[in-house]
Amino acid sequence: MKPGRRTARLVALAMLGCLLFNYPILALFNRPGTFFGVPVLYAWIFGAWTVLIVLMARAVESDD
Amino acid sequence: MLKGWVIVTVSFAYLGLLFAIAYYADKRADSGRPVIASPYVYSLSLAVYATAWTFYGSVGRAAADGVGFLPIYIGPTLMIALWWVVLRKILRISKRNRITSLADFVASRYGKSALLGGVVTIIAVVGIVPYISLQLKAISSSYNILVHYPGVVMPAALGAAPILQDTALWVALILALFTIAFGTRHLDAAEHHPGMVAAIAFESLVKLLAFVAVGVFVTWGIYDGFGDLFGRAAEVPRLSQLLMPMEGVAGAYASWVWLTILSMLAIMFLPRQFQVAVIENVDESHLKKAIWVFPAYMLAINIFVLPIAFGGRLHFPLGDVDADTFVLTLPMAEKQELLALLVFIGGLSAATGMVIVETIALSTMVCNDLLMPVLLRLKRLRLAELPDLTGLLLAIRRGVIVLVLLLGYLYFRLAGEAYALVSIGLISFAAVAQFAPVVLGGIFWRGATRSGALAGLLAGFAIWLYTLLLPALARSGWLPISFLESGPFGIELLRPLALFGLSGLDQITHAMIWSMLANIGLYVGVSLSGTQSAAERRQASVFVDVFRHESGGAGFWRGTASPRDLYLMLARFIGAAPAEATIADYARSRALPWPSDDLVADAEFVHFVETQLAGAIGSSSARIMIASAVKEEALTLDEVGTILDEASQVVLYSHQLEQKSRELENATAELRAANERLKELDRLKDDFISTVSHELRTPLTSIRAFSEILLGDPRLAADERTKFLGIITRETERLTRLINQVLDIAKISSGRADWQMTQVDVREVVADTLARMSQVFREKGVLLVEQLPERTPPVVADVDRLIQVLLNLLSNALKFSPEGRGRVEVSLRVLAGELRIDVRDNGPGVREQDQPFVFDKFWQAGDMLVAKPPGTGLGLHISRQIVEHFGGRMWVESREGAGACFSFTLPLAATGASLQVGPGR
Repeated sequence: MKPGRRTARLVALAMLGCLLFNYPILALFNRPGTFFGVPVLYAWIFGAWTVLIVLMARAVESDD
Repeated sequence: MLKGWVIVTVSFAYLGLLFAIAYYADKRADSGRPVIASPYVYSLSLAVYATAWTFYGSVGRAAADGVGFLPIYIGPTLMIALWWVVLRKILRISKRNRITSLADFVASRYGKSALLGGVVTIIAVVGIVPYISLQLKAISSSYNILVHYPGVVMPAALGAAPILQDTALWVALILALFTIAFGTRHLDAAEHHPGMVAAIAFESLVKLLAFVAVGVFVTWGIYDGFGDLFGRAAEVPRLSQLLMPMEGVAGAYASWVWLTILSMLAIMFLPRQFQVAVIENVDESHLKKAIWVFPAYMLAINIFVLPIAFGGRLHFPLGDVDADTFVLTLPMAEKQELLALLVFIGGLSAATGMVIVETIALSTMVCNDLLMPVLLRLKRLRLAELPDLTGLLLAIRRGVIVLVLLLGYLYFRLAGEAYALVSIGLISFAAVAQFAPVVLGGIFWRGATRSGALAGLLAGFAIWLYTLLLPALARSGWLPISFLESGPFGIELLRPLALFGLSGLDQITHAMIWSMLANIGLYVGVSLSGTQSAAERRQASVFVDVFRHESGGAGFWRGTASPRDLYLMLARFIGAAPAEATIADYARSRALPWPSDDLVADAEFVHFVETQLAGAIGSSSARIMIASAVKEEALTLDEVGTILDEASQVVLYSHQLEQKSRELENATAELRAANERLKELDRLKDDFISTVSHELRTPLTSIRAFSEILLGDPRLAADERTKFLGIITRETERLTRLINQVLDIAKISSGRADWQMTQVDVREVVADTLARMSQVFREKGVLLVEQLPERTPPVVADVDRLIQVLLNLLSNALKFSPEGRGRVEVSLRVLAGELRIDVRDNGPGVREQDQPFVFDKFWQAGDMLVAKPPGTGLGLHISRQIVEHFGGRMWVESREGAGACFSFTLPLAATGASLQVGPGR
């Protein structure tokens, strides 16, 4: 991997995370209703969190 | 079955297991096959972040406001994404400088300032004490609840126990002993505790397992999966609002954001996180795994927080059970003895893990950055002369561990009951967040100064004390509550919870805004308005440019020390055998003799010992020790000279470079001028050729014309024929003359002319020439007047050429003199060092504007288009060339209509030569 590329990807993911877990995106899911029985806000937070971790793992471990 | 003795026995068995793991890991590390050389162990050890607060407190917070606990884990996830940039740099810096703690890091960055290290240590201890009290509270409460099994009784209902029967005190003391056994069995030069790290990693697994077990039990054992649980919660009005908790809560998003930021900073600057992430790190590449394994751990331990919280609220609808205890009370209420015991052990894991690492980190800081610099400076103690200080160092650390735990217990007694677990933890988070500007600024901003760091830290800490710690004490009744409600001395503006009237925010957000404002503001402001000392500037460069520098570098240092002294000093702090091995390694790597007095204690060696020492007692103390052992000398004149020489060498090179470039510029200018001249000459040559061709064509044309007439008309009269032949002859002569003169010019200007230079008597030459010309003058009726002196000194010249000049001037004068009344005067005078010859006529003269050009090639008097005067226009040019070759000058003076005077001079021959002068010819 080119030097700096891993860094750039991880920094971009950190910024993405700051957007996902913040107003106003968060407010979009602050409403009644469930997703497979789980309230949408909880489903969103845990879902986005999982995706973020998977992306971080790929960014840091990949050697392309 | 869950009698007190059972719980205690199981607890001690568990602690014994931990100790065995640590012992085994230490043994493995000593034999060179460390278990902690795995990125997964490193990642799990980072999970010391999840304490009893996470284990019990998250559920409590979730039961109160839904998602409010999540920023504490999402923030770290975001920060960890930046670790590749931030933590990797801190790791590299710490390894290179053998940093032993957070305080050491800050002190070292700002010029190895012992003062700054002390301030950081004090802030860390004061800030962390509430956090430690939280762990004590968690263990003692969970024990007290569990011991009443099968009843579910809240500890608060039991009332405060007398101090000797207080479980928390015993917990504190047991933990102190346990930590001492763990962390301070021996002194490690690098502050590595492989055993502790292995035990912490194991504890992380236990607490995760215990928590997930409860989560699974509650979700699928008591209820029927997530859908059932949340469905039932939605039917209860008090709980349904927790399903969308952000609604209608003023400042909910603000506190969410601030909590996220706070935990982003906490994950880096909690002393225990710094300890496991930086100090205990054995391999930088472990970071790669940790970046996703640790966030995944946090995600896993949080999945069941909400189900347990809702399960607890549904199960204990009366609200008589503290939500902080749901993790334990739910299995108890369901009569799951073993699960309850597992939960207790999980909570114990979370709490002990935190306490062990935190107190070890704090003890290192207090010892290295607070006590040692002071003790070493106290001359009366004569510490620096003791043969072996390892015992003292260990004693100090053990004392500090006990002290910190007792302080935690004190805080627990003073303020612990007034707050939920989460609130206590957040107070500590806010304290350590004060380190963020000085550390992050320190590794990226070269200009940050020691004064700036000190000012920022003190200001941030002061506001933290005022807005978070004092209110906590006030609520517990140790300060009048009016202090909170109407401010100190009744000054409303200074109310600690609404400083300067800032209200409507929760306490943590409020404190963070003000403390960060003061901290960052002063840090940046003071740094920008002050200057750095040399040591600060050097350390700033070592830290900021860590990826560029290959080694810390010894810099300009001058001192004398015996390697033996340095070895003995190192041995006093880290023990004789390790010191011996370290120095032998150093000597071997540089092929130096050891043990021997030939090993020179040069700057590099002293620097090496200082870094080794820094590993044991911190950089500021190491600095002091080195200063005491090494006689640092001022640089001698010679060395200053050397340094200056190096500098001036560089300056010299640059000067030479400048000079070269100037020369180059000059050469270019000369080339350009030469080029211009060449072009000019080329143009002149073209002009010359075209003029010569023109001059050649004129006579040729007339020769040809008359020849054709002669050829085409045989009956031409004889006199006509003679006349025409005469013209042809004259024109041919003119051609010959022209060609001769052109050849002459070419010869003279190319320097190929054949000069016969001899001593010449000019008077004789002039007289001869005039005699030769007198007939021609007479024929044209022009009077020739000569004024010659009796005799003249000789000159060096070519006689034939001189005659050529005279003839040219005379024939010109004759040509332009009016026929019949013309008069030409020739005079020869001897001046100082030269002879002067004037040829004056009374012809039409030379117009003033033409005078500069009369000596040019092909210049002819009159308008060339109207009347072509006889002559080639080369005579004067050649004459001037000849005179100049003799070393003289030639010029013209004339007024229009009043004749012209052509003059030239010839320099006299040297007097020495004149003695041998004979007649020239």
